[in-house]
Amino acid sequence: MTEPSTQPPTAQSIDELIGSASAELDTLADLEAVDQWRVSYLGRRGSLTTVLRGLASLDVEERRTIGALANQAKNTLEERLEERVRQINVAALDLSANQGRLDVTLPGRPALGGRLHPTTKIVREICDAFVAMGFGVVEGPEVEWDHYNFEMLNIPKGHPARDMWNTLWVDNQDPSGGSNMLLRTHTSPMQARVMEGREPPIRVVVPGKCYRYEATDATHEWHFYQVEGLAVGEGITFADLKGTLYEFARRMFGEERKIRFRCDYFPFVEPGVDMSIDCFACDGDGEGCRICRDSGWIEIMGAGMIHPKVLEGVGYDTEKYTGFAFGMGPERIAMLKYGIDDIRHFYANDLRFLRQF
Amino acid sequence: MRLPLSWLKQYVDVDIPAQELAHRLTMAGIEVGEVEVIGGWNEVFVGQVTDVRPHPNADRLRLCVVTTGTEEMEVVCGAPNVATGLKVCFAKIGANLYNTHTERHEPLAVAKIRGVESQGMICSGLELGLGDDHSGIIELPEDAPTGALLNDYLGDTVLDLELTPNRLDCLSILGVAHEVAALTGKKVKEPVADYKESGAPIIEQINISVANPELCRRYTASLIQGVKIGPSPQWLQDRLTSAGLRPISNVVDVTNFVMLEYNQPLHSFDFDLIKDATIIVRRAKPSETLTTLDGAERKLSAENLVIADANDPIGLGGVIGGANSEISDGTVNVLLEAATFNGSNNRETAQSMELRTEATLRFEKGLRPELAPIALRRATALIQEVAGGTVAPGIVDIISDEGIDAPVVPLTSEKIKRMLGMEVPAKQVEETLDALGFTWESASKGELKVTVPYWRNDVNIEEDLVEEVVRTIGYDAVPTTMLSSPIPFQQPMPIMGLRDQIKDLLAAAGIQEVINYPLVTLEQLEQVEQLDQLALPLRMANPMSSDREYLRTTLRASVLANLASNQGHSAGPFRLFEAGRTFHPRKGDLPEEHETIAVVLAGLRHEPSWLEDESLLDFYDAKGVVESVLERLGVAATYESADDLGFHPGRCAVIKADKAVLGMVGEIHPAVKERLSLNQPQVAAFELYLAPILAALPSSQRQFEPLPIYPSATRDLALVVPSDVTAGRVTQLILRHRGIDRVELFDIYAGENIDAGSKSLAFHVYFQARDRTLTNEEVNRSLDGLLRTLERELNAILRA
Ligand SMILES: [Zn+2]
Repeated sequence: MTEPSTQPPTAQSIDELIGSASAELDTLADLEAVDQWRVSYLGRRGSLTTVLRGLASLDVEERRTIGALANQAKNTLEERLEERVRQINVAALDLSANQGRLDVTLPGRPALGGRLHPTTKIVREICDAFVAMGFGVVEGPEVEWDHYNFEMLNIPKGHPARDMWNTLWVDNQDPSGGSNMLLRTHTSPMQARVMEGREPPIRVVVPGKCYRYEATDATHEWHFYQVEGLAVGEGITFADLKGTLYEFARRMFGEERKIRFRCDYFPFVEPGVDMSIDCFACDGDGEGCRICRDSGWIEIMGAGMIHPKVLEGVGYDTEKYTGFAFGMGPERIAMLKYGIDDIRHFYANDLRFLRQF
Repeated sequence: MRLPLSWLKQYVDVDIPAQELAHRLTMAGIEVGEVEVIGGWNEVFVGQVTDVRPHPNADRLRLCVVTTGTEEMEVVCGAPNVATGLKVCFAKIGANLYNTHTERHEPLAVAKIRGVESQGMICSGLELGLGDDHSGIIELPEDAPTGALLNDYLGDTVLDLELTPNRLDCLSILGVAHEVAALTGKKVKEPVADYKESGAPIIEQINISVANPELCRRYTASLIQGVKIGPSPQWLQDRLTSAGLRPISNVVDVTNFVMLEYNQPLHSFDFDLIKDATIIVRRAKPSETLTTLDGAERKLSAENLVIADANDPIGLGGVIGGANSEISDGTVNVLLEAATFNGSNNRETAQSMELRTEATLRFEKGLRPELAPIALRRATALIQEVAGGTVAPGIVDIISDEGIDAPVVPLTSEKIKRMLGMEVPAKQVEETLDALGFTWESASKGELKVTVPYWRNDVNIEEDLVEEVVRTIGYDAVPTTMLSSPIPFQQPMPIMGLRDQIKDLLAAAGIQEVINYPLVTLEQLEQVEQLDQLALPLRMANPMSSDREYLRTTLRASVLANLASNQGHSAGPFRLFEAGRTFHPRKGDLPEEHETIAVVLAGLRHEPSWLEDESLLDFYDAKGVVESVLERLGVAATYESADDLGFHPGRCAVIKADKAVLGMVGEIHPAVKERLSLNQPQVAAFELYLAPILAALPSSQRQFEPLPIYPSATRDLALVVPSDVTAGRVTQLILRHRGIDRVELFDIYAGENIDAGSKSLAFHVYFQARDRTLTNEEVNRSLDGLLRTLERELNAILRA
């Protein structure tokens, strides 16, 4: 440390001061020492302050030149101080990085891991696609009357097409001896329930659980979901059905998938439609493909123009209104999207399965 | 239905590849599940064995000479059924066959078998891929053309049709032929039904009446006399076998064959066993019985239609024949029946007797009455062809008052456009109808009167005709448009929104969603809750199994079972929730379906990790989730200690908003844990009932509250209160005090320095004024007031 000078400052003495102060600063390694250095050179009683004070003894001309030099010296030392502090901080960080190094491969604190069931996700995705096209979402009872599940859908008692739905009947001690209460075999009973409650225009989708008296295997569950859809109004056509379902399939499966509509049969629609997409697994090739059974196509949903008997059943004027209906199985769609090979995984509730989605 | 192309080609020309045909049928609604190719053999011929000699070096083997007409070869054969004169499937050297030793398809090579060279092979079914039988060689019919390529003789393509229940017509070969003709622009070749009649007319020989025409719209019969019963010719047997029917005898086989051709079931009676040559088609009398062809004696009721002779039933109309009039080897005179029975009555009889036959499969769907005489004549001709005999002139044909007029359905161009969203030119509509076998006449401009062909029973209204047109021209021809009708106003279902919101909150709180079957056992429900003995859960009338019999009245049992089934895989944490419905019976109505959410928490609080402690999930974790969910929903809830069969005594609360019960939260009762084999020190759980929560939601939107401008003041307050004073009660009193904005309980203590029967509760208390910074004096004054209140109400004193 340089003793404060009592001599009047000269250009040379200022130069020397900068030189010795800088040299000293470079030797300092910690912030505390640097601070002492700051006090001794730049502080209220520091060397440079003393120099500035000594300016008073100079004549006007010298005072201007030397004063400018002294101010420059102050700026220079302050800059060097700042630079030194930065260097020391960097060095300290380097040091701590080396000494207190974390094992970054250690697992982090686990965040909470709750997920929705894959069926919930797919059902929401399906409904959202239709909501974007102006459809509302409604739900209906899982325990139904024969009336809504079959009769209102143009499937009267004794109709051979009833064989398409193996039914779980509720033991409700119907006076006639049989049961007229059942676990709904599809979400279609909501067609009549929705239409009974209001006048067209109607656009709704109906997600929900359905049940069939069926043995389970890799592709069949007795308990499953469906998403039903219904659009009724003036001037609704088969072309609208195609357009709506085409748009849905694009949103759900992407633009590159091909879509096929072919004739199919459901008692509550006429004409009836089966919508398929080209097979994910073989890209529509079919040959030897297990997923699409060689066909190249995978059935996604059944649909059709609502049968006039269904419209008449709810009191609609069939000369005025037409409509279409459709229904699909979300598990099947989830299986295709996620490559799940066995539908029985869905409701076995093994966490190792559920946590994958 | 399996449809051999070789058979189809007898009724319609097919000049497109099988795959293309399958595609066109599928697109038009006749789904082809599979196209199976039988054959594809090379170098395999129809051969005849001309000589069989013993093998010089092996007892079991023989040397055979086989001719293909142009060549003779010597082969070694080990089959027991090889014999001179036999027509066989002969594979020449180089033929690609299934090698039973290597279990691969390989070209046949010259082989020395026990020192003798074999110049080919006489094949079994296994080697040709015609079945699993390797016990002997295939014996071809005597009339097999020697020297023909086996592929030409036995090879075929089979379409496996997956029919929808409406297309009864395609259960018959002619029905499919009509469809194929329409889709490929061909014409159907109708089978011949020519026969010579002689002798006394049928009406002089038998007396037939229909007593219940409501169950029998048409009854036709013919009489063939002097037949010789025996096995059918090979072609007939083959056709039946390929369709999965067992050949029986020539007459019976013909009735089955014609059913396969036309769909019309027929029945043959031994005419001489019909008492008094009288047939009455009537409902059965109450005490009547009938031993049917399958040997079962069946009790009959007036719901069953029988074919009876003068005394007794001799057949169950349209279901199965009676043993008492069965065709036997000794039968000489045959009465042949083709009738139109009522579909739903036929179905009911078949179902009640658990007797679904090929006949009922067809009758139940409602056959057209025009079919009966057509099939009758065809079968009569065939019986005469294969069993001989003479045909009595005429047929019996009894038609009910309902008549047999074909349905006539209108079709307007307007309707087509209105349904499809496109116009189909009139000419194209007419040509399509023609191709499908419909006939039509122009009624007025743009309107046709269309008559439905006799083989179709599924076209009854105009919409059906629109489908006929559009499926034939192809759905691809219909344009693709978006709905242009107005978008209806959608009223959301609030309960669905609430459920989705809670599900999202629970998932965000780290809880995994599960979905369970709603059918359980009564025991499963009884294990976790008190059942209402007066209103037991709904039971299935036809349960699939005893473990899926009752509709659940709680979700608890299911989610706890999920815990049980998953606890073996890890030490937790197990955080599970299900959002589902519980079903509560009501008299004379559908059950109430309650939207419920059940949550189970057990095991480690944190994922096992090098960072975390080993504490376990408990009651307060469950309650914390409930609180945060309800807080987010804006529901102010209270928690009252409660007793519930499923929960640990003293560790259960009922969640309420005013008087309404929103749910339960607690620790699962140790006895329940044991019954369900839950190996967890503690299992916390809660249930939320969505309907009351929906009712408790704030009626108005949340309103913004301005942020405080002035700083708040904090005081820490350690209170000693009697042990039975709940924290909730203390908090409630503090919050009610003027000037206090917020309170946090941060410590509970009992023990040293605290009197027995007391506990210490420590709070951070926040004072806040909206209009100014509170002075120390103001805060202290307020605090003094609070302490006086607490002392007065709860005997609380400031901890020394
Ligand atoms: Zn595929």
